Amino acid sequence: MSDETRSDETETNPVRDAIERAIGEHKVILFMKGTPEQPGCGFSARTAAALQALGSPFAAVDVLPDPRIRQELSALSNWPTIPQLFVDGELIGGCDIVTEMYETGELQRALGVQPPAGSPGSLDATGSAGVAGDGPLLGIESTPR
Amino acid sequence: MPTAEDIARRIEAGIPGARADVEDLTGGGDHFRATVVSDAFAGRSRIEQHRLVYAVFGDEVGGPIHALSLQTTTQ
Repeated sequence: MSDETRSDETETNPVRDAIERAIGEHKVILFMKGTPEQPGCGFSARTAAALQALGSPFAAVDVLPDPRIRQELSALSNWPTIPQLFVDGELIGGCDIVTEMYETGELQRALGVQPPAGSPGSLDATGSAGVAGDGPLLGIESTPR
Repeated sequence: MPTAEDIARRIEAGIPGARADVEDLTGGGDHFRATVVSDAFAGRSRIEQHRLVYAVFGDEVGGPIHALSLQTTTQ
């Protein structure tokens, strides 16, 4: 018999619903600790920097304000750690995979952006703008499209 | 706290035939980097390869093991 005390799979899970909606609504969305401007962890910082270096717009969700975000996200994605990058609704990976894809040029192709004019090694692009943290459950920050 | 050696042994036990080289990034027993070589990765995407390694540790990765940075190859 299944464990009746767990209610992860019920349909009344507003946090999971909000996460699924956010992933569906944003072509490129990064779940991270902190924000692209003020990352709360080195792995999140590196992943956000790779996206910023490509100049591709992306939405960012800070998982730190509510522990349920992280819990539900990992349950949904079957991926244990933060950050997590989704493109077109699909999990691309965490810091290791995103960094590797950045270095090989695969990330540009996955995001459909032109390779940056400068050297591919520089992860110093300026930050995103337009904070839109008005969602009730997820503070989603988006760069202008 | 697990040592890098513990992590390597568990990966090798959990993925038969795998060879794991593990480094404790901070010395604190909770941030590790592993290079894992296994034929089990053949034909799998990078995501699936990493999931295979994470599965060895269940809830520990993201819990007591804060970070397990991975590089996976088949040779």
